Amino acid sequence: MDQKQLRELESRCIEENPPWCAAACPLHVDARALCGRVAGGDWVGAWKVLLRTMPLPGVLGRICDAPCRERCKRGQAGEAIAINQLERACVMHATPARPRAILPARRERAAVLGSGLAGLTAAWDLVRKGFQVTLHEPDATLAAGLQERYAKQVPPEVFAAELALLTGSGVRVELNAPLYEDNFLERCLAEGGAVFLSLDALDPEPWPLERDTKGRIAVPSPAQTTARKGVFAGGLEHGDSPVWQAAQGRWGATSIDRYLQGVSPTAGREKDGPYETRLFTSLEGVEPLPMVPVGPEGYDDATAAQEAGRCLQCHCLECVKVCPYLESFGAYPKKYAREIYNNQSIVMGARQANKLINSCSLCGLCEAVCPEDFPMQTLCLATRQEMVTKGKMPPSAHEFALLDMEFSLGERFRLARHQPEHQTSARLFFPGCQLAASAPGQVRRVYQHLCTSLPGGVGLMLACCGAPAHWAGQEAKSREVVQDWLKDWRGLGSPQVIMACSSCRDIFRTYLPEVEQVFLWEMLRETGLEIEQAPGAPLAIHDPCTTRHDPQAQATMRAVLGEAGVELEELRLGRELTECCGYGGLMANANPELAKEVITRRGGQSPRDFLAYCAVCRDRLAAVGKRALHALDLYFPEPGSDDPAARPSPGWSERRENRARLKDELLRDLWKEEPPAMEAHREIALLITPEVAGLLEQRRILIDDLQRVIHHAERSGDKLTHPDSGHFLASFRPYKATFWVEYSPAQDGFQVHNAYSHRMTIKAGGRP
Amino acid sequence: MNMENIRPGDLEWRCQKCGGNLEPAMVTVEYLGNEFTTELPRCPRCGLVMISESLALGKMAEVEQILEDK
Repeated sequence: MDQKQLRELESRCIEENPPWCAAACPLHVDARALCGRVAGGDWVGAWKVLLRTMPLPGVLGRICDAPCRERCKRGQAGEAIAINQLERACVMHATPARPRAILPARRERAAVLGSGLAGLTAAWDLVRKGFQVTLHEPDATLAAGLQERYAKQVPPEVFAAELALLTGSGVRVELNAPLYEDNFLERCLAEGGAVFLSLDALDPEPWPLERDTKGRIAVPSPAQTTARKGVFAGGLEHGDSPVWQAAQGRWGATSIDRYLQGVSPTAGREKDGPYETRLFTSLEGVEPLPMVPVGPEGYDDATAAQEAGRCLQCHCLECVKVCPYLESFGAYPKKYAREIYNNQSIVMGARQANKLINSCSLCGLCEAVCPEDFPMQTLCLATRQEMVTKGKMPPSAHEFALLDMEFSLGERFRLARHQPEHQTSARLFFPGCQLAASAPGQVRRVYQHLCTSLPGGVGLMLACCGAPAHWAGQEAKSREVVQDWLKDWRGLGSPQVIMACSSCRDIFRTYLPEVEQVFLWEMLRETGLEIEQAPGAPLAIHDPCTTRHDPQAQATMRAVLGEAGVELEELRLGRELTECCGYGGLMANANPELAKEVITRRGGQSPRDFLAYCAVCRDRLAAVGKRALHALDLYFPEPGSDDPAARPSPGWSERRENRARLKDELLRDLWKEEPPAMEAHREIALLITPEVAGLLEQRRILIDDLQRVIHHAERSGDKLTHPDSGHFLASFRPYKATFWVEYSPAQDGFQVHNAYSHRMTIKAGGRP
Repeated sequence: MNMENIRPGDLEWRCQKCGGNLEPAMVTVEYLGNEFTTELPRCPRCGLVMISESLALGKMAEVEQILEDK
């Protein structure tokens, strides 16, 4: 990812776009933040929000006409927030100390003519920019017109205090200035600098400036230029709106600054005035609420807090709301994109976003709910691929899953055969690795059903589609896996492939579009199937995340089950908005705690038994104690199992054993072949208590690993012994991890007391 | 890396082959090209080194993680 791609991606996340109120306000007062402070009783904080953008807040806060209210999102659910009343309540509170901005003084001069809101704001801003500002007032008092006009809302002492702030910050005031005398404008310009005319407080007639067709001084906003070089003006447009008058003063001050620095007055000013925000805020579930009534005295603290509490605090966060992964890292995609970019740019030091990158399930729900289609999964996958290519992928992140994949691709599981007593295959059943790992009996029963129901021979292939390598960013490896698969498939005559697993289907669509595939359930619908006994209560249907873009598969499942009389409950997040079980993208490998939270939350979405049609989804639900069925449990029940929804999830070792046993049994029973010989270490019998089994599961240590350690220790004699317990302690490194096992001899085998692993190796000064 | 990794109980283990108790010794361990020398329980005769559960799952795992993210 380069800078340009990063920017493009960042710009698609709209979370940082301003709320409607701030975008609609000519001064961009952050009313969302204001409401947040007021609702929380933080009046000083509320003041600080106003001070960030509002000139003369003591005055303007009392008279603001709040054009933002028209755009307030709350207006679509009840009534718009009374933002001006909240501003008023805020500035009625004691003013916090306002430190005078200390700015490097500049020599440039600026003259402001007239003290309307436009002129006062221009002076307020210009002096903060460091200019030598003189405010020329034709009357004997400053802002006399304003004071008279807003006498009811703004007490004289407030006016006096705000004007004192103006003079206190360095604005020189010239009262009784002869503005309308000939050449006054010329004289100001001759002194150097620029001039701003506060047309909201001046007689518009005498000025020698170009007029529009209606005879008014032509002042385009927001440049606030006049036809005369160095002369700027404002305060006339939008009737008597105080906030618009102030805004024009602000824009005039910006233009004067630009003019004196020789910068274009118009370039890049699209967002000076009100603009359209790209923010999205969902109103789903928002209860309409009317405005809290307000009397002539305005809100008191309690009613102001109540009114501010109606503010929706507009944010997008559509993806964060539905994704525990995005939520768990505390920000949102725009921030994550930047963190990931920085992570990839690091030359020295810690790569702090590795876990962020590797924890995503790559399920694509974020993109599906995002108003701008931000694809976190594409970003994470591309970054993983880059990390792998550059040798920067943490070796432990995905290793366990990749070893599991190697197991499925190895001699103990891999198989490719025509149907017994057939020389060709019209079709091929490819159940995928995890259905065999979870429920080998079902694979066998489905295969037998297909063989007896379909003509022309149904071949069988046992292997892995390479999804783990794809998810791990191991692009070369996943291509190698599918190429090997392709060889076996061609060897069987390139038959149509009946696929049980939606992840395999997804991988095949990406890597092997030339392979004609059909979803197992479409085929079963054709062969005709009956359920012995439909469940007594509706089941909550859980679509695997890899069917997100496969509505046909989702529809097929519902149709098949519907025809069999199975009642289904749709989850709030189903079909194209379905959630991952935490296995996708190898989340469960890189971040097991998060993956557990993900599936626990998913299971909590309905009190009903779940119905999954992916073996891993089913097992992961079962692993957190959620009753869950695989659709095959209804059609091909395990003999003797009366409550398949309560079937526990097989552990890591059992998942391997199930696959290996399936192959052995099929070879023996169907093809009358002897299965591959057992490696010596696997003949070691182990006794494992449920406590130790739980520990092994959590530490992802396989029975096979234990057997290798003990086999090695017993053969070599390299082991430690404890004088009190009599236990042995030994280690062995079958691959990139060293396993330690504490064990003792038991009848016909060994009792395992403990096991753990590490990745470091002993280099010198001793031996393993 | 100072692992401070020998607990009193660790030295109770004896080498099955040599029959003697383990003793603290300086051992160099390596991960991803980074080497650290630290004191570990070792058989003084055959050099068999013990890495305890608390070390493997504590300090060692922590350092492995840091090195993987470097």
